[in-house]
Amino acid sequence: MGVNMDESLAITWRRIPERYRLEGSECTKCKTSYFPTRKLCPACRRKGSIATKMFSGKGTIYSFSEIYAPPAGFELEAPYTIAIVQLEEGPKITAQIVAPHPQVKIGDSVEAVFRKIQEDGQEGLIHYGFKFRLVK
Amino acid sequence: MRKVAIIGAGMTKFGEEWGRGFRDLIIEAGKASLEDAKLQGEEIEALFVGTMASGSLIGQEHTGALIADFMGLTPIPSTRVEAACASGGVALRQGFMAVASGMHDIVAVGGVEKMTDVDGGNVALALGGAGDQEWELFTGATFPGIYAMMARRHMLEYGTTEEQLASVAVKNHKNASMNKYAQFQNEITIDTVLKSKQVASPLKVFDCSPVTDGAAAVILCPLDKAQKYCEKPVEIIASAQASDTLALHGRRSLSSIYATQVAAKNAYAMAKLQPKDIQVAEVHDCFTIAEIMAIEDLGFFASGKGGKATEEGKTALNSDISINTSGGLKGCGHPVGATGVKQAVEIAWQLRGSAGARQAKDAQIGLTHNVGGSGATAVVHIYKKAF
Repeated sequence: MGVNMDESLAITWRRIPERYRLEGSECTKCKTSYFPTRKLCPACRRKGSIATKMFSGKGTIYSFSEIYAPPAGFELEAPYTIAIVQLEEGPKITAQIVAPHPQVKIGDSVEAVFRKIQEDGQEGLIHYGFKFRLVK
Repeated sequence: MRKVAIIGAGMTKFGEEWGRGFRDLIIEAGKASLEDAKLQGEEIEALFVGTMASGSLIGQEHTGALIADFMGLTPIPSTRVEAACASGGVALRQGFMAVASGMHDIVAVGGVEKMTDVDGGNVALALGGAGDQEWELFTGATFPGIYAMMARRHMLEYGTTEEQLASVAVKNHKNASMNKYAQFQNEITIDTVLKSKQVASPLKVFDCSPVTDGAAAVILCPLDKAQKYCEKPVEIIASAQASDTLALHGRRSLSSIYATQVAAKNAYAMAKLQPKDIQVAEVHDCFTIAEIMAIEDLGFFASGKGGKATEEGKTALNSDISINTSGGLKGCGHPVGATGVKQAVEIAWQLRGSAGARQAKDAQIGLTHNVGGSGATAVVHIYKKAF
């Protein structure tokens, strides 16, 4: 009960290119960038053509919230700040901000950093991925 | 397409029902709806049941057959429908289509969730499945956090205040205080909300709908046969559903729910009505900000004006429009799979004039609005008195 999908090794390994180095997609036909990866361009569908695209990790905070009631697995970290970050290439993504809540404002510039996201107790798997930090 | 009517409606008390399990709840609601329609059960040709997360919450899948079994309805076809918190609304739409198409005459639609058998962290994990597990929940985002980010955008773009958010909870608790089926039958003040514990800033405990056990059911049949079973049938005059990106970060706007706007537009077109024609509506207030966005996206108030309208009492019982007379998800409770069907039960009672102390005066046309996740599914139904 309460299965945590992130306990699966296969799911974790499959997402390493995206989670470790911000590898996403671009439709070479309409030039739209996608993160996370999409295998089909929703705008062009069959007529589109998907290629790998690296993201810079630079962006701005679009919205944010400080989480006081965490889900299972994040109890020791609360409170922590999550945000939707608008990447400079266009897509928005959800990530933690490694700054205390009072310092964060909508519109702040941020950059991606590589961090531990969560450790899972049963399998001993450590999940890494991106968080964002404020840049002056 | 045939016209479809509700001929029976019933629900359990919503709340923390420690003594009763999943099957006890849905059987109680099912029996109540059968009694209301004066049916024995053998008239039912098909069953659709909304359940969001029984696998995570009680370790039980295959709940369609389970319910047919314990309702004594085997061997009729029985189908579980899942669309996160919109499971109930989508199940209702499946039942509507089954009758409208002529495939079946009498169809039962249920919704049920048993949520209190696991602890809060595991409830959060199960509800997280309504969002994008790999790209939202993986980061430590929660559903309150996701709606909190919508609230923060709504506040930035329109000047919506925490007091305006709080006024949604105050109004819904007041309505719930007149509903014997509601989880919370106590009134609260703006201060109660503002001084309650932070959950995900700017949302506090009293901005959030609770964890709830409960079930609801309605019986549908062709309108031209409805009088045979029911003196006061309620016609479903529109059913519309829309989808959007699973993750909030993929949406065109965070301060509105596009799937609601699309479903509402299609529902109004199907009913040949406008927002001003609706007197009573059950909308999806899983968080206070969700009701403000709903009353804007459904066209009852202009974009950005929902907070002010609520604060001024325009959505209270028997004001401009009676919103969430049941108490909504906030006051009546939110057993996720049951909510969409409970909304239909409340509107049926309102249009029949049997809602007691919380009766909306002269209600002729009602609407229900059920959302899955942070807006990846939205379902809108419109109803009218058919007697």
